[in-house]
Amino acid sequence: MGHSVLVVAEHNDETLVSSTAHAIAAAKQLGEVTVLVAGTHCGGAAQAAAQCDGVAKVLQADAPELAGHTAEAVTDAVLAAAQGFRAIVFPSTAFGKNVAPRVAAKLDCAQISDVIRIVDEKTFVRPIYAGNALATVTCDDQLLVLTVRTTAFDAVAQRDEAAPIESLPVTFTGPKVELVSRELTQSERPELTAARVVVTGGRGLGSAEQFHALLEPLADKLNAAIGASRAAVDAGYAPNDWQVGQTGKIVAPELYIAIGVSGAIQHLAGMKDSKVIVAINKDPDAPIFQVADYGLVADLFQAVPELTQKL
Amino acid sequence: MKILVPVKRVVDYNVKIRVKPDGSGVDTANVKMSMNPFDEIAVEEAVRLKEKGVASEVVAVSAGVAACQETLRTALALGADRAILVNTEVELQPLAVAKLLAALVAKESPQLVIMGKQAIDDDANQTGQMLAALLNWPQATFASKVEVDTGAQTVTVTREIDGGLETLKMALPAVITTDLRLNEPRFASLPNIMKAKKKPLDTVTPEALGVDVTPRIRTLKVEEPPKRQGGVKVADVDELIAKLKNEAKVI
Ligand SMILES: Cc1cc2nc3c(=O)[nH]c(=O)nc-3n(C[C@H](O)[C@H](O)[C@H](O)COP(=O)(O)OP(=O)(O)OC[C@H]3O[C@@H](n4cnc5c(N)ncnc54)[C@H](O)[C@@H]3O)c2cc1C
Ligand SMILES: Cc1cc2nc3c(=O)[nH]c(=O)nc-3n(C[C@H](O)[C@H](O)[C@H](O)COP(=O)(O)OP(=O)(O)OC[C@H]3O[C@@H](n4cnc5c(N)ncnc54)[C@H](O)[C@@H]3O)c2cc1C
Repeated sequence: MGHSVLVVAEHNDETLVSSTAHAIAAAKQLGEVTVLVAGTHCGGAAQAAAQCDGVAKVLQADAPELAGHTAEAVTDAVLAAAQGFRAIVFPSTAFGKNVAPRVAAKLDCAQISDVIRIVDEKTFVRPIYAGNALATVTCDDQLLVLTVRTTAFDAVAQRDEAAPIESLPVTFTGPKVELVSRELTQSERPELTAARVVVTGGRGLGSAEQFHALLEPLADKLNAAIGASRAAVDAGYAPNDWQVGQTGKIVAPELYIAIGVSGAIQHLAGMKDSKVIVAINKDPDAPIFQVADYGLVADLFQAVPELTQKL
Repeated sequence: MKILVPVKRVVDYNVKIRVKPDGSGVDTANVKMSMNPFDEIAVEEAVRLKEKGVASEVVAVSAGVAACQETLRTALALGADRAILVNTEVELQPLAVAKLLAALVAKESPQLVIMGKQAIDDDANQTGQMLAALLNWPQATFASKVEVDTGAQTVTVTREIDGGLETLKMALPAVITTDLRLNEPRFASLPNIMKAKKKPLDTVTPEALGVDVTPRIRTLKVEEPPKRQGGVKVADVDELIAKLKNEAKVI
């Protein structure tokens, strides 16, 4: 496989978001990797991209229009860079999902979403129906747009030497969108999709107060990220970006502890590739036990504090 | 202001799907079909904008087989004014759907298209963004709050992103895709289901719209994912900790 592949980096201008190193890992399987870093004063992120293993070149599109990393502006940058590539790869994150289809439609090419395995340069495996089926799909288009599931590809490492960074001029023709505000959830914890341990709470926690009072100390002990079921997010126990599942985040930690979560298929879709799954639920018939390596049938209000204390 | 709402007919979210033994796809014969849940949220949002006097007309669209009419009738029962079926037997992929919708936008001139962020069968999460690209309209994906300013002809949308929330403001016309927490869709009442039967439902074809819907992506096979083995039940917290330490070695 010797084609050139463009990876569109997800970053915060200063540095890369961890998803990018996973996308590069997937792209490496397809050919020589160029990374596009599109932002404003994004030299730090471009430098970080240049030092990712397997990167041959970095294109840095730096312009005030790119400040919000909006789909419209980033698409213009990708179109400026796209010439000559056989594939354009995005991480399958909120950023990648937002931009990739816009690029694909502009280039009149198909997109394959959420790739979990690369069979060959035009054949890919992706989950459908909340991961209850895996489809092997192929496409003969000359250019392909892919989003790749980050948990399916191990991140590339950083190296000392850096690939060359070229500046990329962009003409902005897309509609203007104003970024009014961004409220990011503040947390000292590891990032949900990258954490070694995830502690997830469901509706069984009963209230926002109990959700935090029970799960925070346990997560502290395990240096874990905290996740939530949709029901817990809908009920206001946890912020939206903690949702794990088909329509939330996909996680695959070493250890996943589901507490007061019933195990609906939409939830399982987001966590069933975890290495070890623990479930704590008072209902012995809860479907979560069908995927749990270790199930504890117990009242979480007793079991969780006890677990935290004994760890 | 007119709002176009694309709605997709999908396998109901409660159905546990089965992969066909010959690996050709998923068995959708005799399973319950429903409107994609994100599209119910889209219809609800559009209808609320109409109830607030912001929108004048809500038009539901579905592309696919004749049975999509049922999905359209549901949209009408939820409050859409009329419906359009783009009738085809061809397997539709997101880019094709986006092109069909773009052709309908050219005919209908809506100021807003509100649609689901992803269909729960194919989970592509593409169609809205593709439509926005084809129209060169701004897009607001994964919306959890929508505020239309009819005077200024702008829309302000709060979006669910990986780190939290983000608010964007853009000029109309625009494409919005819905996330779970935008609203809680109503249930269709019996009188409204009866009324929906009398609302207009037009049918067009991809050919009449001048759109080539030939699939670009071919499915070679569909398989079951590797099954996870259920494990053991532990008696108490002490046994759980012992297992995690000594057997799984993860703590
Ligand atoms: C379109 C769509 C998309 C969706 N996407 C997602 C998604 O991405 N992620 C997601 O998680 N869900 C998603 N869902 C929702 C999903 O179907 C379930 O409704 C949801 O996962 C249920 O959350 P839960 O397990 O917290 O709540 P419940 O199903 O109510 O389960 C609560 C559990 O807590 C247990 N419990 C209660 N009290 C105690 C106690 N004291 N001690 C121990 N156990 C207790 C109960 O036995 C029960 O099993 C989606 C649904 C739809 C329709
Ligand atoms: C392996 C595989 C097998 C398939 N098998 C079949 C099959 O047997 N039969 C078949 O008909 N298709 C089939 N398809 C096509 C597929 O189900 C989708 O229709 C198509 O890929 C659109 O993707 P999506 O719905 O996930 O798009 P998304 O981008 O996730 O959808 C987002 C939103 O777009 C809108 N939308 C999407 N599709 C429509 C539509 N048709 N009408 C109106 N609005 C719409 C809705 O608002 C929806 O919420 C298959 C695809 C694959 C990859």
